[in-house]
Amino acid sequence: MNDALPKWADILLIPFINLVLALVVSGFVVALIGKDPFEALYILVNGSVGSAYGWGYTLFYATNFIFTGLGVAVAFHARMFNIGGEGQAALGGLGVALVLLWVPWPHWTVALVAASLGAAVFGAAWAAIPAYLQARRGSHIVITTIMFNFIASALMVYLLSRVLLVPGAGGSPETARFAEAVRLPNAYDVLPWMGFSRSTPLNISFFLALASCVFVWALIWRTRLGYEIRAFGHSEPAALYAGISPFRITMTAMLISGALIGLMATNSVMGEAERLVIDPVQGAGFVGIAVALMGRSHPVGVFLAALLFGALYQGGGELTFEMNGMTREIILVIQALVILFTGALDNMVRAPIERIFLTAGRRPQPTLPTSPLPSDGDPKDSKVEP
Amino acid sequence: MTAAGNPDLAIELRGISKAFGPVQANKDISIQVRRGTIHGIIGENGAGKSTLMSILYGFYKADAGEVLIGGKPTPIPDSQAAIDAGIGMVFQHFKLVENFTVLENVILGAEDGALLKPSLAKARKLLKKLADDYEMDVDPDAIIEDLGVGQQQRVEILKALYREADILILDEPTGVLTPAEADHLFRILEGLRAEGKTIILITHKLREIMDITDTVSVMRRGEMTATVKTADTSPEELAELMVGRKVLLRVDKVPATPGKVILEVENLRVVDDQKVERLRGIDLTIRAGEVLGIAGVSGNGQSELLEVLGGYARGTGTIRMNGQEIDLTGTASDARTRRDRGIAHVPEDRQREGLIMDYRAWENVGFGYHHDDRFNSGMFMDNAAMRRDCVEKMERFDVRPPDPTLAAKNFSGGNQQKVVLAREIERNPDLLLIGQPTRGVDIGAIEFIHEQIIALRDQGKAILLVSVELDEIMALSDRIAVMFDGCIMGERLPSETDANELGLMMAGMTGKGAAA
Repeated sequence: MNDALPKWADILLIPFINLVLALVVSGFVVALIGKDPFEALYILVNGSVGSAYGWGYTLFYATNFIFTGLGVAVAFHARMFNIGGEGQAALGGLGVALVLLWVPWPHWTVALVAASLGAAVFGAAWAAIPAYLQARRGSHIVITTIMFNFIASALMVYLLSRVLLVPGAGGSPETARFAEAVRLPNAYDVLPWMGFSRSTPLNISFFLALASCVFVWALIWRTRLGYEIRAFGHSEPAALYAGISPFRITMTAMLISGALIGLMATNSVMGEAERLVIDPVQGAGFVGIAVALMGRSHPVGVFLAALLFGALYQGGGELTFEMNGMTREIILVIQALVILFTGALDNMVRAPIERIFLTAGRRPQPTLPTSPLPSDGDPKDSKVEP
Repeated sequence: MTAAGNPDLAIELRGISKAFGPVQANKDISIQVRRGTIHGIIGENGAGKSTLMSILYGFYKADAGEVLIGGKPTPIPDSQAAIDAGIGMVFQHFKLVENFTVLENVILGAEDGALLKPSLAKARKLLKKLADDYEMDVDPDAIIEDLGVGQQQRVEILKALYREADILILDEPTGVLTPAEADHLFRILEGLRAEGKTIILITHKLREIMDITDTVSVMRRGEMTATVKTADTSPEELAELMVGRKVLLRVDKVPATPGKVILEVENLRVVDDQKVERLRGIDLTIRAGEVLGIAGVSGNGQSELLEVLGGYARGTGTIRMNGQEIDLTGTASDARTRRDRGIAHVPEDRQREGLIMDYRAWENVGFGYHHDDRFNSGMFMDNAAMRRDCVEKMERFDVRPPDPTLAAKNFSGGNQQKVVLAREIERNPDLLLIGQPTRGVDIGAIEFIHEQIIALRDQGKAILLVSVELDEIMALSDRIAVMFDGCIMGERLPSETDANELGLMMAGMTGKGAAA
C-alpha cells in the first residue's frame, strides 16, 4: 500500500484518470481513420449501459471478468503471475459439461452447486501442475501457465471433435445441449420488470461472482491463509523465517486461483451457451489479468474493473455494428489502450498525483507527530525518527 | 551572494537544504573541509549523511545552497560533473562488475577511446605505481568475484584515483572488513592524505573517527550540529552530539550465573545450493542465563548458523534443545516447530526476514506466531487481538511513533528492531537467537536493545548473539566464540581477551581451535 495517497485516490482517482487518458488517445485513433470520436464514444457508452439490453451483455461479460480477475488477483497476492486463465477457464468449462451431461440433475439449483464444484476442481487441477512445477522445480509459472493454455486448447479440440461430439451434429465440434432442467434463470426470469429481453445472457451466476468477491476479500484479509499468502508475496525469506512453507502457499494460492477462474464456466458455459463449444473462454482469461491489475488485486477494484471491461466489450461490439468502418481491430486497439494506460502506464499518472497530494498535504498538519527523516540507505523511503 | 571561497578548502558547502516531500533530509548545512585532511562525518541512521553525500556526488539536486570546490562555486548536476570536479566516491555497496577483471573495472567508463588496449596499458602502469606508493597491491588481472571484500574496496579506491580524484568520499567503508583489513585501509588513507588528497569518511563508528580523522562533523536529524577538531573531543561528547542526550557507551551488567544447558550443537554442517560447505562442523553449548557471542566477519557462516537453528535452512549434525534432539531434516523441520520448542529468533536482516515491510505494525507483531490461539478466532484471524497486543508492546518497548496502523517500512531502524524484539521476547522463549541486534539502529535505541538483551539473560534465558561489531560482542557476551570460514576458531572469555586477539582469530590466523 502506498502511504502518500489516500485510499480513495489510489483505488478510484488514479484508475479514472488513466481511463480518461486512454479514451482521449482512443479518440485520436478513431479520428485518424476518419470517424467522429464523439459519436463513437456515444455509441460505446449507450451500447453498453444505455439500455437493459446493453446492461444484460455488459454484466454478462463482467461476470466472466470478475471470476478471472479474482483468480489472477489471488495469485498476485502470492506474487505469482497466473496467465493461464484461458486454459483454466476452458478446463472449468469441461468440468461443467461433464457434470451436467453425465448426471440427470432434477433442478438447476443442485446442478449449479455440482457444476460449480466441477468447474472449480477442473480449473484448479489445470493450475496445479504449473504450481507444482514452480514450487518444486522452480519452473517459472509464467512460462508454464501460458504453455498450459495451448495444451488446454489442443485438449479441448480433441475432446470436442472426437470424444464429446454429439453423433449426427452438423460437424461443429460441440457437446450436446444441457438438459432443460439445469438451465440457469437469466435476468429476464429473475427481474422481468427491468426490461431485459428473454434471451439476455446475464444469469444467476452473476451472484456467484459477487459472492466470490466477498469470499476473496475474507480469504485475503481475514484468514490466516490470506495472511500467509500476502506475507509470502511480500517477502519469501520472511515467510521462511516465520515458518510459512513456500510450497504450501504456492500450491494453495494457485489452486484457489485456478478454481476461481474455472468458475467462470458457470456463467459462460452453463448460463449462456448451455453446451460446451470450442473456445468457451473468448479471451476472458487474459482480460482477467488487466482487471486484476487495474483493480489493484482488491475485490472491489476487480468488480469495478470487470464492469468497465464488460462495458468495453459490449460497447465495442455495438460499435462494429453501428459504425461503418469500425472494425474489430479498432475495438481491440481501444481495449488495448485501456489496458496499457491502466496497467502498464500506471506510474506515469501516479507520480504526479502523489506529488500533488504531498504538497497539498503539507499545509495541514502531517499525520505524524515528529518530522520523519529518510534513512541513510534510501533517502526516498521516509522513516520516522524517535 | 556568491562570495569567492577560500582556495585552501577542498570542499565548502554553504546552506545545503534538501527535502523529500514533507521530509527535510538536510537543513541548511554548511561545512568546510581543508585540503589534505581526513574529515569525518558521523551521525545516526537517518541523520542525513548519505543524502548530503549524494548531493555532493550529483545524485540529488539540493533545494538550496551551493557547493564550492577548491574555492570555486561548482554546480554538480550529475555524477560526471562530480568526477570532473575531482570527487571520487567509494560506496558502501561496491559498484563493480563482478565478472570483469580489476583493470577492466578501473577503466570502465573512463576509457580513452574505442579501443581498450591503450587504456588498459595505461591503467596497468598507474596501478603498479599506486601499489608501490600506498601498499595497495591487487592483481590487475584478477576477476572481481574472486577477490575478498577488502581487495574489492581497494579496487573502488583505485577507480577513483584513476579518475584523478583529489577528494575521496568513503561511505561506511569498514562495515565489511576485519579489524586488520580496516587498519590496512586506514594506512592507505593516511598515505593518500600525505599526498595532499582530501578524504571524507562517513561512519557511525566512534572509534574510527577518533583513530583517523583530523576534524569531525556531527549530523543529527538533517542538521549539522557541530564540527570539531578530533583531538579536542571524546567519544562520549560525540555520542551526545549525535543523539542529543547523554548516552551510556558501556553496558552495565552483573556477572552471569549460568544454569542448566539449554542448547547443545554437535558437528553441525550446512551445504549451500552451490554445494559449498558453509558450516564445517560447529560445536556449541549455551546455558541458561548466559550470552554466547559469535564474533566474525560477515559471511563466515554466522547467517547459516542462525538459519539452521531458526529452522529454515537444512543441515546435518545434532542439535539438542533442553536435552531433546531436534529433527534437522524432516518435513516438520521449519521455523514454526522451532518456535514451539522455545527458540525465538531476531534475524540478522529485519527488513528482509524479520518484518513484512508493507504490513502494518500490528500485523507484524503476530508474524511467525500467527498460529497462536491468542491471534485466532474460529476461521478468521483476530485482528483486534493483534492490534491490542501491538499497542501493549509499543508501550512497553517505547516504539515511536506508537501507531499500530503505520506500515513497518515507515519506522526507523531502531523502532523496527524494537517491534521484532518485543515480538520474539514476548512468548517467553528458552533460547533467543539474535543476529546483528543493532545494525542500522540509532545510538539511543542501541542502549535500550542492549539493556533488553541483558535483562533477558538475567531472567535465566540462553542467548546466542551474532554480531560483526566486535565492541558489541565484547560488551554483551559472557563467552565469545569466533567464527571463520564455517568453523569455530576458538572460545574466549571477554575478560581474558582483547580486540587484537579476536581480530586475528576472525582473520583465521590463530586461536587454539585452529591450532588443534
